[in-house]
Amino acid sequence: MSPVQTMPPRGYHLSKDELGADILEVAMGPHHPSTHGVFRMDLKLDGETVVDLKPVFGYLHRNHEKIAEDISYPMSMPFTDRLDYLCGMTNNWAYALSAEKLIEIEVPERAEYLRVIVGELTRLVNHCLLIGFFINDLGALGTPLLYALREREKILDLFEVLSGARMMVNYIRFGGVRCDLPEGWLGECQRIVDAFPAFLDEYETLLTENEIIIARAQNVGVVTREEAIDFSLTGPMLRASGVNYDIRKVDRYGIYDRFDFKIPIGGHGDCYDRFMVRMLEMRESVKILKQAIRDLPDGNIMGKAPKIFRPAPGEAYGRIEAPKGELGFYLISDGTPIPYRFKVRPPSFVNLTALRHMCLGHKVADAVIILGSIDIVLGEVDR
Amino acid sequence: MSLLAKGILKGMAVTAKNFFQSYYRKERLPTVQYPEEKSTITPFTRNFPFLLYDGDDAVDGMRCTACTLCERACPPQCIYIIKDKDEKGKPILRPRIFDIDTSVCMSCQLCVEVCPYEAIRMDSAFELSNENRFEGLLINRGDLLKSNDYYHALNPVEARETDDRIAAKNALAEAKKKARQKKTRLAAAKAKRPPSRLKKSPPAREKPPQPEKSE
Amino acid sequence: MNNFFDLKLVELGRWIEAFFADFPSLKLVVHLLLCTLPLALSFMGAFAFTTWLERKGLARIQNRPGPNRVGIFGLLQPIADGIKMLIKEDIVPERSDKLFHFLAPIMLMIPALIGVGFLPLGDGLHALPLDSAIIFFFAISSLNTIAVFMAGWSSRNKYSLLGGMRAVAQMISYEIPLVLSAVAVIMIAGSLNAQEVVASQQISSWVGSGNILQEFFGRILGWNVFKPWGFAGFIFFFVAALAEANRSPFDLPEADSEIIAGHLTEYSGFKYAIFFMGEYISAFAIAGIGVTLFLGGWNGPVFSGLPWFVLKLFSLFAVMIWIRGTLPRLRVDQLMGYAWKFLFPLAILNIFLAGFYHFIERQWGTAIAMLAGWILGFGALQLAATALSRLNQSPIMRSKRVYQLVE
Repeated sequence: MSPVQTMPPRGYHLSKDELGADILEVAMGPHHPSTHGVFRMDLKLDGETVVDLKPVFGYLHRNHEKIAEDISYPMSMPFTDRLDYLCGMTNNWAYALSAEKLIEIEVPERAEYLRVIVGELTRLVNHCLLIGFFINDLGALGTPLLYALREREKILDLFEVLSGARMMVNYIRFGGVRCDLPEGWLGECQRIVDAFPAFLDEYETLLTENEIIIARAQNVGVVTREEAIDFSLTGPMLRASGVNYDIRKVDRYGIYDRFDFKIPIGGHGDCYDRFMVRMLEMRESVKILKQAIRDLPDGNIMGKAPKIFRPAPGEAYGRIEAPKGELGFYLISDGTPIPYRFKVRPPSFVNLTALRHMCLGHKVADAVIILGSIDIVLGEVDR
Repeated sequence: MSLLAKGILKGMAVTAKNFFQSYYRKERLPTVQYPEEKSTITPFTRNFPFLLYDGDDAVDGMRCTACTLCERACPPQCIYIIKDKDEKGKPILRPRIFDIDTSVCMSCQLCVEVCPYEAIRMDSAFELSNENRFEGLLINRGDLLKSNDYYHALNPVEARETDDRIAAKNALAEAKKKARQKKTRLAAAKAKRPPSRLKKSPPAREKPPQPEKSE
Repeated sequence: MNNFFDLKLVELGRWIEAFFADFPSLKLVVHLLLCTLPLALSFMGAFAFTTWLERKGLARIQNRPGPNRVGIFGLLQPIADGIKMLIKEDIVPERSDKLFHFLAPIMLMIPALIGVGFLPLGDGLHALPLDSAIIFFFAISSLNTIAVFMAGWSSRNKYSLLGGMRAVAQMISYEIPLVLSAVAVIMIAGSLNAQEVVASQQISSWVGSGNILQEFFGRILGWNVFKPWGFAGFIFFFVAALAEANRSPFDLPEADSEIIAGHLTEYSGFKYAIFFMGEYISAFAIAGIGVTLFLGGWNGPVFSGLPWFVLKLFSLFAVMIWIRGTLPRLRVDQLMGYAWKFLFPLAILNIFLAGFYHFIERQWGTAIAMLAGWILGFGALQLAATALSRLNQSPIMRSKRVYQLVE
């Protein structure tokens, strides 16, 4: 049995007649200001306390996996942008990584560095936006969110100059990246990366010591270390629960073994830890970015990719540490240019499985911030 | 929390700083007032594809040969091509219908990457709202065709690179053609009549574009 | 005279009334109208201006320009909003309790406007100069709880219901610290009359002395907020007033990230506008009573009277806007806990502190009372606040968290 089904509601025991009498059923979503898209939580409330919760999703289902099994491998690349539409770069990267495993293409060094740069920039975008939304869920009137958006714009402008689009970047290709850096891009990137810690300082002064945030977020939605592993959480959710597991360190895919960075680990596994782990991760990302920009070598940006992508029969699973957790693409080839099976392992979908467990026994307001702290993007959950 | 909450006061100081600095620091008020001033578009911004032609006449100078590579590579299948025929029903290497449904197009640029004739490029124009959501968003060949000058204005660096590439390719084709002509002349010298149908070079219909002229 | 402005206004009123001197019954009507109509209209105007101020202020805090399309600096935005609200469709849910759904905004508006009447806006500018004005004010202002719950109940919407329930719990709980912090002021002033409370906040020996410096400071330093019990009381009052007025961080009844818009969810068009206006005017009323009780009312240097009152009212509102732009909101149980376990005991302690201060002042004079009050009294409050917050916090939150960075 999975822990979801056996776990009794925390601090609350539901008896039969109680269910009929005073329980208020509220369908929170899909049209709700803070469900981060079209997501529905069917809540059973006793007063304000959540006694049962059923997540309902699929409103944004786009048949991504099945479409990908009908078209050739490279044609799926732009669709991956739309999975987690905040982090197009890392989605591209994960897909490219699994395709490269399938056909064994050597990626040139410069392309690897460019991937790390855009990947870590994506992490900055995602985390600062997520924290903004999280504080919004806590009830702030958008101020931290707008500060986050202000900084995100700068990075999106970089993406636009590099790849032509701000979010649907479609930048990474099997065997490299699509185009080389335009003139002056690296200097601009360096400037933004250097200015980012100042923004983080401001953000931390605004948020981390705020008594209301501490009172609201600490000790709410706790996932212990063992539970986190049982739920197969990944990413900042897992690390906030105290598990040292980061695929950048475990797999050392790409060239992550060359950079000096650390993994922030939380001790309590509550919403505040998830928020702080992301805050600290941004600082580590800035560290990686500085090293990557410094060491960026000259050279080719595309490896020797075959003109027609026709892998030999076989299978490959490529995974990366996306900002939200482990993002994996599982491909099975039957020797044709079209994948036989195309499976996405979306981090926010898997992380969402712990939602009910985290919410039971808490208040409605907590359910909202717990959902916010999971960091879901419905494009990825529903696919 | 004591009587005065320190963390809250710190946060209030940050917001007060932002409030006052928004009056005199540009980076604290990054809003662009859209209809009056437009956000600067980078040359690389891509929105929807357009077709390129050389010279003055849009139809004659069309680079597209209706090879349908882009049609096949398009992930959401928004391109629709029908080859042209002359009066006798003989196929001509250009599209009679080239439609792009911009309500379907997801601006992924794959069509640009697969095109061997450098005929399709991404446009940066973004004010494309339309009253008719069916015909209005279906852009046909006439509206898709833009001159090379337009491309040069849009993205000068890439346009020049493209022109250079085409020139190099044409030069190569020219050289090959000459070599073949020389061969055929030699053959003609041997035999009396050269086989006329073999004369076609690979990008056959293409007029040699003059990069200097289009600039 | 430095309350020139108020006297002129009073004179103007008398002048208008003089026209009807021959018709006693008509004169009464005119008198009533003169007392109420300008008040109601000016507070509605103030509401319109405040919506602009709030949008603009929040926008600047959030690094955006805010409304700037209608009129210069977007100053006509409230008018545009008003027109928009007027011409919008008025949607009433089919299964709602239509009568109460209709009555709720009116029920909110009436006590708000009555509450405004109790405010001493200036010297002699006082619509309802009752001897028990302050107690009356608190009685009337607690009526809007009923209106909010009516709205929440009659809408037949689960979010509205939750919002209504939250509103009732919150407003009733915060009434207590609100009144208790006002009790200290009333104790010291020795009167429930608002004008006398204001008058008690001048240093009476300085005000009429003729010395310019003493004239100047006599109208500032006497404010209750500069006394230790008054400062603490003002903080408690302000916090409780935020909760009473449903302002952030206590805007739980309309918490948009949790329950959409709470009791306002099913309101649209002009009913929504009335609701909105009622909430703002009751916020004005509470801020106004705060100004009266703690910030010296219409007292101020150079020229006393209405301008100072307006200035203080808007600066208090600006602080509310600032807070709204900064803070997230509390959770419902924390909100109740904060009222009952933190503000309530401290407000009671503050009453004792006020008594202690008053006693010392009578015995040894103001200087020693100030010293003792600020050091001993305020120290005791601070100590109590720290102890209470430690008692209320769960152990896990007490220590500052440290995050380890591992390889």
